[in-house]
Amino acid sequence: MAEQPLLEATGVAKRYGAVSALKNASLTVLPGEVHALMGANGAGKSTLVKILTGAISSNAGRILVRGQERDIRSPAKARLAGLVPVYQEPSLIPDLDVLSNLRLTRTPVEPFREWIKELGVPDLDLRELARDVPLAIQRVLDLARALAVEPDVMLLDEMTAALPANLAERVLDVVKRQSQTGRSVIFISHRFVEIAALCDRATVLRDGETVGVVDIAPGIEERIVELMLGAKVEKKRVALKEANEELAGHAGSTRIAVRNLKVGTKLHDVSFDLKDGEVAGVVALEGQGQDELFAALAGSIRPDGGTIEVDGKPAQFHHPVDAVEQGIAYVPGDRTEALAMQQSVRENIALPFSAAFRNWGPIRMAREGATVQNAIERLQIDTRAQREVQRLSGGNQQKVTIARWIAADARTLLCFDPTRGIDVGTKQEIYKLLRQLAEQGKSVLFYTSELEEVQLVCDRAIVIFGGKVVDILPVQIADEAALTRAAYGLSRDSKAEVGVLAEPHSAPEAHP
Amino acid sequence: MSISTALPEQAPLGRRIKRFMSDYPLVPLLILLVLLVLVLQMLSPGIVNQRWIANTIKFAIPLALLAGCQTMTMLTGGIDLSVGTAATMAAFIVATQGVMYDAPTAMMIALIPAVIIGFANGIGVGVFRVHPLIMTLGTSLIGIGCLQVYQRTVIASGAKVPEFLIWLGTGVTGGFPNALLLFVPVAALLLFIQKRTGFGRLLYAIGDNERATRLAGVKYWQVILALYMLSSILAGIMGLLYIGLIKAPSLSLAEPLVLPSVAAAVIGGTSIFGGRGSYTGTIVGALILTVLTTLLTILQMPEGARRMLFGAIVLLVTAAYLRIIEDR
Ligand SMILES: Nc1ncnc2c1ncn2[C@@H]1O[C@H](COP(=O)(O)OP(=O)(O)OP(=O)(O)O)[C@@H](O)[C@H]1O
Ligand SMILES: [Mg+2]
Repeated sequence: MAEQPLLEATGVAKRYGAVSALKNASLTVLPGEVHALMGANGAGKSTLVKILTGAISSNAGRILVRGQERDIRSPAKARLAGLVPVYQEPSLIPDLDVLSNLRLTRTPVEPFREWIKELGVPDLDLRELARDVPLAIQRVLDLARALAVEPDVMLLDEMTAALPANLAERVLDVVKRQSQTGRSVIFISHRFVEIAALCDRATVLRDGETVGVVDIAPGIEERIVELMLGAKVEKKRVALKEANEELAGHAGSTRIAVRNLKVGTKLHDVSFDLKDGEVAGVVALEGQGQDELFAALAGSIRPDGGTIEVDGKPAQFHHPVDAVEQGIAYVPGDRTEALAMQQSVRENIALPFSAAFRNWGPIRMAREGATVQNAIERLQIDTRAQREVQRLSGGNQQKVTIARWIAADARTLLCFDPTRGIDVGTKQEIYKLLRQLAEQGKSVLFYTSELEEVQLVCDRAIVIFGGKVVDILPVQIADEAALTRAAYGLSRDSKAEVGVLAEPHSAPEAHP
Repeated sequence: MSISTALPEQAPLGRRIKRFMSDYPLVPLLILLVLLVLVLQMLSPGIVNQRWIANTIKFAIPLALLAGCQTMTMLTGGIDLSVGTAATMAAFIVATQGVMYDAPTAMMIALIPAVIIGFANGIGVGVFRVHPLIMTLGTSLIGIGCLQVYQRTVIASGAKVPEFLIWLGTGVTGGFPNALLLFVPVAALLLFIQKRTGFGRLLYAIGDNERATRLAGVKYWQVILALYMLSSILAGIMGLLYIGLIKAPSLSLAEPLVLPSVAAAVIGGTSIFGGRGSYTGTIVGALILTVLTTLLTILQMPEGARRMLFGAIVLLVTAAYLRIIEDR
């Protein structure tokens, strides 16, 4: 290749005791390109990013920046070399306000302000404590922080995973423009729509090894998946059951009835039913009240108005335990809310078993072991580093949050973006799992920021805009375009332009 | 990072040792304990014999019991500074009530203040969310105040430590201190609670991420209340044992052991931030501190210098230990 690579890494390896996180990874990034780094959960993507940005040290390998060998032993050195990351986990210190966080990392404030405006978060108070900023916005702040130091190579690790369409759209836009000024971006995402819309080439990792580098072109998705998993995955619509819809789909009795629910300033007036045996999708842009809706149904905040009925009886949740006792389990969008990071996978999955006072006694280890193992297998959790959940890869941590309630056999699951950061292969398994639950007569409320999922799993889609239910779409017509229109509060028959993410098969240059 | 000659399969020896240590954090502690004993033997040859060992164990047990309270509370990110008071009150009351009542009754009466202190701590920390440090410090001061008032009412009647407690505290049977009859079951129980019960799991989980436990349906205050009551009762039992060992009741009997009990838990690898630790480590920590005290006594230094050295060594050991077991 004539052009000199901006960044070149070869033979990178990293071991943690018996676990090889990376065996032989290589990556070449050209100036001005957006380079996708792909691989299944636990393939080593985040590890590679951390090595390239000096957060951890590798056991072997060499890194060249603009053709020169660089010693990247600390984040500061990486920054000097022009490499700046946005890690998979939010990196603002929760107990400091945003401004202090910026000072701490010596981020110039004015450019930062410009960038957050650009990224679609105009009205942020920099004095706000980081812990009070919603997850999606935190991610945007992380990105703005990286952009503000004007790096040569930006490494974005599942930056968009927590973002709903409107924010993700802005991010892709900004990243694209970065690359047009000759800077490069390494982009990690499990969403093919984004890869197709944004990236020029992709490096695929499998089990810690680079197994291929491909140019992004229409139809390449299948090839990438095959490289990633070593096998083909079919995207099946697991949800469709049009034929007997009247019989099966709506035969279930009403499990949860929400009427005129009002929570805080975000959620104004929401009414819907969740039936036994259905998976109901919830779709909304960032900050339309969906967080509050789920928190209220899970009993972790109290509604200000309206009613929630469970199995026909009015319910008042004062503590999450009240919901749990009714068989309603909440899988929060932010896994750090759900996981005890220093405990083992087993202890995390088994946590609800010991919650009630009557279960404080001796644990029946064999039985618990079997239940947990079963859940681990159903979700295909990579347990090589299971002694502490914090050592698992991001996607595997996410699986643990779901596995917990599968093991606890909850009757109703409130899943808030449960497939965030989970690879294509496992996603299919999770869809199947949710459908199985529905067939067993259980019910699932499923918020997703990845609109494609609605048609893959849900029976219908409840669209929330401005704190109100604006539409309930039957699954047959709930494609990405229709959902996006509805999520923006537009009526079903409007034909407004809604952006690249709604058009999964559009060519990259079709971007407005 | 440059081209590394080491193949990933053959991690350097130092790294592998670190790995091993972080997988078995007890090993470096045991090594340290053995080293201390060796130093002691070198400084004063012949001192380490069966009697010395029995004696060391005898004095390590009360410390290990109090450190058990700290381990349990520290797992949730808390601490219990009122253990000294709970123990002292139990000791003082059993000695004074021993004059009027038989031993079992006196012991039951002696544990009442411990139960009350534990209950107050549990309510304060669990329901009103007072910081455990402040809460337990407060109840500790209140308790000592009450004990002073109580002391005046019994000043005339004298004191009598029940024979059974003296036998338990000081007696040695076949080379083994009788106190082990109390300690072994208690230690086994604590370890069982930590590793094999739902309650124990919750302690770790709460210390790690309280919000997560809430979402899983755990009621924080219930766990905390049970925990601080358990801690206080354990401290009370330790007081009963300790009075059998010391035999002279006083208003500050167990107080000097409070901070060492925190140190023993920390040296033993329990994190003060919660979520991490085990009673096994704490027991070794208590043994290390006891041997260290003997060692410093033998050096015949002035009291001040001895304390300074003690503090410095505790700091050093803790820092080094965290270094060793932490992996990156
Ligand atoms: N501190 C650690 N100790 C042991 N194993 C670790 C540690 N950190 C990471 N690993 C292991 O390294 C492997 C690679 O993890 P990594 O986070 O790089 O995956 P990833 O490709 O980013 O996956 P995901 O898509 O789920 O984010 C995983 O199997 C993980 O368990
Ligand atoms: Mg990752």
